[in-house]
Amino acid sequence: MRPALLFIALALTARAETILIRNATVLTVTKGTIQNGGVLIQDGKVAAVGKNLTAPAGATIVDGTGKFVSPGLIDCHSHTAVEGSVNEGSLSDSSMVNIADVLDPSDINIYRALAGGLTVSNVLHGSANAIGGQTIVIKLRWGRPAKDLIFEGAKPGIKFALGENPKRQGYPPDFFSALAQERRYPGTRLGVEDEIREDFTQAKIYQTKWKLYNEGLARGEHPIPPRRDLRLEPLVEVLEGKRYVHAHSYRADEILALIRTADEMGFKIRTFQHVLEGYKVAKEIAAHGAGASTFSDWYGYKYEVIDATPYNAAIMTRKGVVVSLNSDSDELQRHLNWDAAKVVRYGGLTPDEALAMVTINPAKQLGIDDKVGSIEPGKSADLVLYDKHPLSNYSKVLKVWIDGHQYFDLSQDLKDREKLVARKKELGDKEKADEEAAKKKADAEKKESDRKEGRPANNEAKPTNNDAKPTNNDAKPTNNEAKPTAPPTKDKANPNKDEADEPTQPKPTEKGAL
Amino acid sequence: MRTSALFLLAVASAFAAENDSLLIQNVTIHPVTSADIANGSVLIVDGKIAAIGTKLSARGAKVYDGKGLHLYPGLINAGTNVGLSEISSIRDTVDLDEIGVFNPQLKAEVAFNPSSEHVQIVRASGITTVLSLPSSSGEEFSSAADAPIIPGQAALMHLNGWTWEDMGLKRGAALDMLFPVIPSVPRREPAAGTPPRTYTELEREYKVKLEQIANFFEDARRYAQAKAAGKPDFQPDPKLEAMIPVIEGKRPILVRAGKERAIKDAIEFAEKEKVKIIIANPHDIGGTAELLARHGIPVVLGETLTLPLKEDDPYDSQYALPAHLFKAGVKFCFATFDVEFARNLPFQAAAAVAFDLPKDEALKAVTIRAAEIFGVADQIGSIEKGKLADLILTDGDPLEATTSIKAEFIAGKSVSLESRHTRLYDRWKDRP
Repeated sequence: MRPALLFIALALTARAETILIRNATVLTVTKGTIQNGGVLIQDGKVAAVGKNLTAPAGATIVDGTGKFVSPGLIDCHSHTAVEGSVNEGSLSDSSMVNIADVLDPSDINIYRALAGGLTVSNVLHGSANAIGGQTIVIKLRWGRPAKDLIFEGAKPGIKFALGENPKRQGYPPDFFSALAQERRYPGTRLGVEDEIREDFTQAKIYQTKWKLYNEGLARGEHPIPPRRDLRLEPLVEVLEGKRYVHAHSYRADEILALIRTADEMGFKIRTFQHVLEGYKVAKEIAAHGAGASTFSDWYGYKYEVIDATPYNAAIMTRKGVVVSLNSDSDELQRHLNWDAAKVVRYGGLTPDEALAMVTINPAKQLGIDDKVGSIEPGKSADLVLYDKHPLSNYSKVLKVWIDGHQYFDLSQDLKDREKLVARKKELGDKEKADEEAAKKKADAEKKESDRKEGRPANNEAKPTNNDAKPTNNDAKPTNNEAKPTAPPTKDKANPNKDEADEPTQPKPTEKGAL
Repeated sequence: MRTSALFLLAVASAFAAENDSLLIQNVTIHPVTSADIANGSVLIVDGKIAAIGTKLSARGAKVYDGKGLHLYPGLINAGTNVGLSEISSIRDTVDLDEIGVFNPQLKAEVAFNPSSEHVQIVRASGITTVLSLPSSSGEEFSSAADAPIIPGQAALMHLNGWTWEDMGLKRGAALDMLFPVIPSVPRREPAAGTPPRTYTELEREYKVKLEQIANFFEDARRYAQAKAAGKPDFQPDPKLEAMIPVIEGKRPILVRAGKERAIKDAIEFAEKEKVKIIIANPHDIGGTAELLARHGIPVVLGETLTLPLKEDDPYDSQYALPAHLFKAGVKFCFATFDVEFARNLPFQAAAAVAFDLPKDEALKAVTIRAAEIFGVADQIGSIEKGKLADLILTDGDPLEATTSIKAEFIAGKSVSLESRHTRLYDRWKDRP
């Protein structure tokens, strides 16, 4: 299974070449829309954007007549490509664990997302802990090994979580029968606020110890080095501005409380994630300088989203917050452009503002807007070609480039799936033929031994049918993602799976179920 | 957007009386069942469409000038839990999945909460009618021995009214049914203490369930015979009573069948029991499209925007499913089988268009096809004389997210497009 898919991927991964997309409507996002425009790709970068571009010798020409080009889409909240659980279930502060250590480059959802124009994802832990762990930004370089997925130069992050999820493990036993286990602090929003303050208090003490040690060294003394603390180190990085904080949050009170804790402790919240009540404290979020990465229109799936409104993005934008729309879902990440169209309906933002929410705005939030997020000379050639305007719900992705490499091509995909069907048939036929041959051989041997021992021929008694063998297709556990018994992953419909973060399952081990 | 809603309220209050009439003029009419009419007018009298044309005038009628706008029939979400579930993760707010294997007597409409926030939220997307189902399950049958097979009756509900009686467009529109399947081998280890289940065991349990179903239908038929015999000692039974319209073929069974085998089994079951079925929420249909077409069995599609079931399925296997059914000649409509995303029905249909479903078929599949499948095409689903005036006025294609719904009428009554969501917006956007 995996090899077959990787084969497709490798077939798609061409060398970076010089490409000219011409006669297309170019949605630069930061520099307006260019009708009948072109984009020249050289050495993996956008070399030129505009009208009447000429193709250098040897350039591949992509005819964009009637088509649209946008920057690659960016998802500021993803759990795709995480092997196994997204939550380290032990401590309320598990900042020592790192998503980079568990990246699975063969997760088919990478390819599915690419096919929807996604090129960059902020891959995060779940929200079971007040501080969940270290996060990284990836490029969806399908077919490449894990180390090649990591977005070079993108600052790493750390996941915080506020509200219902991090306090669940602090509920009295049997409050959620599914979580009947030993109680863990915190069990309230008060406690979550305190947990983060306690952690940063320790981090500051730790930071001071190292400072004193280093000063001692500088004076030529021989101080005893502090004991390394892998939990506190990333928090010191946060204090020193070397690591971004991405904070899962819903209610206005908890958002404000975290801003005040951060002010007090001297660090910044880079983004509030989900932040469905962000519109109530947009002023404070903007003043702190944090971004808001929200859902376009999710509501109704748990109590803390009681005041969700799809007008959230519009209000926050108008109050000066940089807003992005994220997926938090292997499914939704496949069409963030369609999701962005909803902010035009809800709050009347412009199409450019809408598109910015899945391109340049998440790039700004992740500190990578100098490299990606718009079509400008010098930026990475992360581009998507569509048959219609990407905000149209009728649009379809035709091609996707990352760093000038073509990673998705619809016509190639169609050809490859034919190959896959043929290959499966071939293997099936071979399996059948082998079975037949084995049966024939066994029959012949039996006949021979019967003849030798003088037994009468009996063809009926052979137990050739093993009825314990699963014969239906679905019985084979070949699929790592879709739950075998509960088909298409609808992470939103099930209250316990409303977002990839939810720790309401008995055992938070299944990715996409948390 | 806010101002147009206020304007509408003014219009609405102006014609409170039942026999008032309203003329919507200067709009592009998209009747769905016939060609579009530019600069058209629709006259509504007593909640019904009285006339459609280009030069209509009606003395005494209120006039709504919709210059530049488009008039479509109200959309129908043919599978939701609207009205029966408020916050899906809080059990106290959920009235789905009653205890018991066979509950054909349970009626969704009697627990439909007219004050549910979802009613206003969903209709603001142009959806005027929903089918409310008594079960939360998608398409997959639970393998538990006491798992529901027939969770109750689904009701077609208008998204406007003071009580559920006002809102009920067609009660008992279908019998909800979850068809048994042999469950796949679970990926995770079974819970401690439970022995692993073998395929043979699971298959045996599945056969027991099929037998239970056959027995239940046999009971229902004998009950109907006994009732028809009219003996004085006849004992009524609400469960079996509710099955009479089903075995008489008057009430279709909405069979949740997600995969090829369940679909085939369901068709075989329908043939044997001589009942009318509708396949609901199929995703992995294998080669059953032609079979469905041949048997004339309609389909209520679940979300187009859902992941492929198997890792090696084409990335667009679910996006392309509606077009696949269309090419095979299967009649279908769209649904979402949830609450929180029920309002996104039009975008589910649009996604199918991106993957080769003709645009006019997508529009039909959220209007007239649903009406046909549930036997209410004489009342809703298109803009035709004599039908209920379930209408939406838009500034564009209602399947596009960038389009705004400007006004909406349910049975001729102007309905507010406000909801908890717009009220929060109005309250907080001007926070100093």
